[in-house]
Amino acid sequence: MSDALQELGTHIELKRPDCVLAWDVTHGELNIDVAPSSLTGFVEFLKADRTCQFSSLVDITAVDYPSREKRFDVVYHFLSMYQNHRVRLRVSIREEDMVPSIIEIHPSANWFEREVFDMFGILFTGHPDLRRILTDYGFRGYPLRKDFPTTGYTEVRYDEAQKRVVYEPVSLTQEYRQFDFMSPWEGAEYILPGDEKTEEKA
Amino acid sequence: MDGTNFDDALTGEQKIRNFNINFGPQHPAAHGVLRLVLELDGEIVERCDPHIGLLHRGTEKLMESRTYLQNLPYFDRLDYVAPMNQEHAWCLAIEKLTGVEVPRRASLIRVLYSEIGRILSHILNVTTQAMDVGALTPPLWGFEEREKLMVFYERACGARLHAAYFRPGGVHQDLPDDLIDDIEAWAHAFPAVLDDIDGLLTENRIFKQRNADIGVVTEEDIQNYGFSGVMVRGSGLAWDLRRAQPYECYDEFEFQVPVGKNGDCYDRYLCRMEEMRQSTSIILQAIEKLRETPGDVLARGKLTPPTRGEMKTSMEALIHHFKLYTEGFHVPEGEVYASVEAPKGEFGVYLVADGTNKPYRAKLRAPGYLHLQAMDYLCKGHQLADVAAIIGTLDVVFGEIDR
Repeated sequence: MSDALQELGTHIELKRPDCVLAWDVTHGELNIDVAPSSLTGFVEFLKADRTCQFSSLVDITAVDYPSREKRFDVVYHFLSMYQNHRVRLRVSIREEDMVPSIIEIHPSANWFEREVFDMFGILFTGHPDLRRILTDYGFRGYPLRKDFPTTGYTEVRYDEAQKRVVYEPVSLTQEYRQFDFMSPWEGAEYILPGDEKTEEKA
Repeated sequence: MDGTNFDDALTGEQKIRNFNINFGPQHPAAHGVLRLVLELDGEIVERCDPHIGLLHRGTEKLMESRTYLQNLPYFDRLDYVAPMNQEHAWCLAIEKLTGVEVPRRASLIRVLYSEIGRILSHILNVTTQAMDVGALTPPLWGFEEREKLMVFYERACGARLHAAYFRPGGVHQDLPDDLIDDIEAWAHAFPAVLDDIDGLLTENRIFKQRNADIGVVTEEDIQNYGFSGVMVRGSGLAWDLRRAQPYECYDEFEFQVPVGKNGDCYDRYLCRMEEMRQSTSIILQAIEKLRETPGDVLARGKLTPPTRGEMKTSMEALIHHFKLYTEGFHVPEGEVYASVEAPKGEFGVYLVADGTNKPYRAKLRAPGYLHLQAMDYLCKGHQLADVAAIIGTLDVVFGEIDR
């Protein structure tokens, strides 16, 4: 399996050296890094090429790395039902960058791109209908970014007096419990409660 | 003025315009909380805009702040019709990253319960789809069988629905022998029930009229809209992940991949019926193999707790158990995509691990999401009444679509 993927990776790099920034095979999966500018051309090539035939789009998603300069990785998964193999494309972008939409090549990208926009706030150029999809009507913020709190900012309840659902800022009766089980022997990067006193002594 | 054009005699209100209606979110045929905005020309659907997300719970966000084991029960709540198939994908993803080998007995139990899940899902889908097009008896008969299967779930793990039975490294507990015997007895009796449902529906004139030539999917549509599962097989492509990219020990089992011919709702119904028969045969094969393979059901190591007996005598084992259920296990850095052939199609998990005890990012790829996306394409030009038949055949469950 891995040999076949190595071969496929070499083939793709040979055919499209301008698009492939880097590629590797890890855990029996083929990963290819692509620049956002060459994405559409490359996806089209993957679909049309006889040895690749990546004709069905499996998934589009993104991963947020707030500490990196290129904050987001947009990740594409493709599958070829004819050749029976898969590929993963990674596109690294800055927060303000836009990604070209692949909706012309894969109509199934429509909702996936809407979801990535909804969850991460990444804009796709050329998408005909970039609305929010999973979150509430009128929702603000991008929930899957790492700086978005898990509790969110607003909560809803039915108001008996106004006879409608009202939005209010989140108020938690108990603090949101976020346990940290990292052992101090394994390099926890914070000061353990009580340890701050040792500084004063020294 | 040639005497044929009377438009000027109509007032504004009499002029014909398209009619917009809301289908759902409370419609029984919407199979959950789906809101469709339909634009109708008479009874013909011109445009169909699904509004989803009414059941959005932010599973992916929640998963980022919980340990790998705590995340497992979230998978039961995705496609709540066949919970264990979802858990399977999560376990496979973790096992792929950590390189853990699942004991053979656990692997067989997983296959057994995955197939039970497939039957659970297909019974529900086939019978409620029949209800959407006007039949009342099939769901009554089908749910009786579902009930029996739920009891098998309960006897294995204690819960009828939210099982949390598949664990990274195996399954939670071993199956007792009498449960295996009962499943076998059920599997021998089940084909007769299928024949009954078959007799109600397959040659039923109304059922055929409502389903044949409705929602036709071609090979090109499959590629364009990223279909998987029965949506693919109904159109004649023998694509089944269990066969094409075997996971667990599916390569040891003998089963046929049923395919349709016309790719319409009726062929998909036939495929589901045949898949249930194939699943029953896999169940029987798995039971036979299970009887020959005694042994442990968890890969004892860092991922799984020590046995109860060991914990009573060994301090180390007790500490290990405590650490496992508080801190949880650590998964090495890396990213993987693991997928299973869930009853509804390809269910996948894209897992990005950063070496800690919590996933850095987990993306759940639900088959229903793509199927529902194609609603606009499939419904265009069909009658309003066919919308219900098409939603039924897409096999959508909002737990997994809205996540």
